[in-house]
Amino acid sequence: MSRPRLVDRKEEKSSLGSLPAELLIRMHDLMVKARVLEERLIQMYKSGHGYFWIGGPGEEAFNVPLGLLMKKGQGPAYDYLHAHYRQSATLLALGESPIGALRQMKNTATDPYSGGRNFAGHFSKREWNIAPVSSPIEVQYAIAPGTALAQKRFGGDGITIVTGGDAGTAEGDFASCLIWSSRPGNELPILIIVTNNQWGISTAAATQHGEKHISDRGRAFNIRSRTIDGNDPVTSYLELKEAMEYVRKERKPFLLEAMVSRLYGHSSASGANFVGDEPDCIKSFEERLEAEGVLTRAEMDALRKKYTEEIAEMARQVRDEPQPDGASIYDHIYWEKK
Amino acid sequence: MANMAQAIRMALHYAEENLGLTDVFGEDVGPPLGGVFTCTQGIQSAWNSPLDERGIIGMAIGLALAGQKPCAEIQFCDYIYNTIDLLKIAGNTCWSSNGDWNVPMIVRTPVGSGIRGSIYHSHSFDATATHIPGWKIVMPSTPLDAYGLLLAAVLEDNPVMYLEPKALLRIKGEELIPGEPADDKMLSKMIDAPLGERSKWKPQWPALEKYVVPIGKAKLVREGLHVTVVSWGRTLPLAAKAAKALAENEGIEAEVIDLRTLWPYDWEMVSASIEKTGKVLYVNEDTEVTNFGEHLIRRTIEDHFYKLLAPPRLLAGKFVPGIGLADNLEMASVPQLKDITDAIRALAAEQP
Ligand SMILES: Cc1ncc(C[n+]2csc(CCOP(=O)(O)OP(=O)(O)O)c2C)c(N)n1
Repeated sequence: MSRPRLVDRKEEKSSLGSLPAELLIRMHDLMVKARVLEERLIQMYKSGHGYFWIGGPGEEAFNVPLGLLMKKGQGPAYDYLHAHYRQSATLLALGESPIGALRQMKNTATDPYSGGRNFAGHFSKREWNIAPVSSPIEVQYAIAPGTALAQKRFGGDGITIVTGGDAGTAEGDFASCLIWSSRPGNELPILIIVTNNQWGISTAAATQHGEKHISDRGRAFNIRSRTIDGNDPVTSYLELKEAMEYVRKERKPFLLEAMVSRLYGHSSASGANFVGDEPDCIKSFEERLEAEGVLTRAEMDALRKKYTEEIAEMARQVRDEPQPDGASIYDHIYWEKK
Repeated sequence: MANMAQAIRMALHYAEENLGLTDVFGEDVGPPLGGVFTCTQGIQSAWNSPLDERGIIGMAIGLALAGQKPCAEIQFCDYIYNTIDLLKIAGNTCWSSNGDWNVPMIVRTPVGSGIRGSIYHSHSFDATATHIPGWKIVMPSTPLDAYGLLLAAVLEDNPVMYLEPKALLRIKGEELIPGEPADDKMLSKMIDAPLGERSKWKPQWPALEKYVVPIGKAKLVREGLHVTVVSWGRTLPLAAKAAKALAENEGIEAEVIDLRTLWPYDWEMVSASIEKTGKVLYVNEDTEVTNFGEHLIRRTIEDHFYKLLAPPRLLAGKFVPGIGLADNLEMASVPQLKDITDAIRALAAEQP
């Protein structure tokens, strides 16, 4: 019987020395790439090259390590991801090109995730077990136990990962996830993640939620649970690694709550403007990388410039790509045998 | 002959043995009960779930995404309503992902009136189900069709909503399911769980055979020249009975079609019949406002307007908030034999 661990919210930063410099540089690279992508998406929205923006700037420190630690592939031997709409950094960390997100923003026929049918940030990639992101809040928490049960049966070390925000945990689907993941004798290999930015759209979590930490709710189900500083990529990496190893090996659930920032507001519906009063995980990571001599300011500036140019070039390319044909609305209502 | 509950059970057994069905689950679906209507008794892959309809549909979607072949049960369709956005997701996943993912799952749920189920055990679901694109929706009215449609559902690559008219679950069939013993006492001994203690009981399955009723094909139940009657589920046998009596006693020849699949439906058969008779009555027991029969009427008018000899008619459930418990209340709320007989007679008598 696994004893639920006491929740300890680690506010202090893990030292950079706990990870090899190579990995720190790689994480930083992906975090910057993801941020530049999101900023480009916002710019596309603002200049009329998309109808709606929602995404994950502010969650890179958590979402990049998540992607790096996932076992990528198709079928129950690999990890399934049931994400919400703030997961771009995870996709990039898995090796996805930013151009797909740009195409989805521009709703082109070439959009690899939905063919111009769905909003930005609504990824889907069967080849890598990325289940389609769907707009209704929290439904992914009701669905994820299904892939986890298939994996429990299959054996091996593939796990299911589900992510979503804090406000959504008020939905019954979050409770469903805890219940279905911890049925006695049928515990599931599922990593239940909540990225807590302390906001719904405009509603502050503190005004609606009496629980101290969302992760406390795992305790009632004997689910190992933890709240971590998701703005620290080193902490995130180490905690995710530990949680994933537990789920992979023990074939039991783990509830991980990561405290993150929301740097451009909820979505384009609230303006998508930079907010100055929340911690910026890239800024603080870069200060540490520089202070500890892992990267120089000049190197980091050059990296950002490189991605800015690359992604701007991709956006120009996407701009000229065709929209889907209206007659295609009847395509793929049903599955065509491949 | 098997009743519909036994037919469903035999289909699930055949499918888990031969067609890759992996999970039959829901509230009280596994042992010891095997379903509140006994449809899942003795099924190897049957298991009990938490009392959580959203969790059940979510689980089925997840299993299907991961390559399993689940058949989920919602104990009564009255309790499926809080899962509608998940049903929408099952129905839109293929389309939303532009053909990348499919969701091969089945949802079985008992529907309709006929057991004096009062307000929350008498709902229909066909009108609502047909508002959710991306699903295939079937509703058998005989045990043999129940068997054949369930095998077809298991073979489908898309989500299938399998509606079980609960008034018909205990009605014996008139046709043998391939492999079923002719003696129904023997069948009962073989596959019905004993009452009371049954922890050591195991079913003796007959040597069942594959029999598939293709999704999308209606059945011509009775030929006739004067009126077309299209129905499904509980009201279908009543329509057939009414037509038989009217033919014998009043010389009214009604053609009766069992739609069997609500989506995608067999317009070819219905259309050909309307061409012949010029008069059509749609009968079902879901509430009449935005009823699926209304869609069929629109289609009838658009395709057959100049050949119609009377306005197309719909006989359906009354648009009231529920079906009351008392006999009189239930009978006043949903079509009964007499209502159907009267409606066919009136339509046959209509002159342009
Ligand atoms: C079921 C449902 N209700 C409402 C909405 C509208 N909505 C979209 S995002 C959102 C807030 C979600 O907050 P949270 O779960 O904390 O996630 P965050 O966006 O902060 O990451 C709301 C209310 C929705 N998409 N789905």
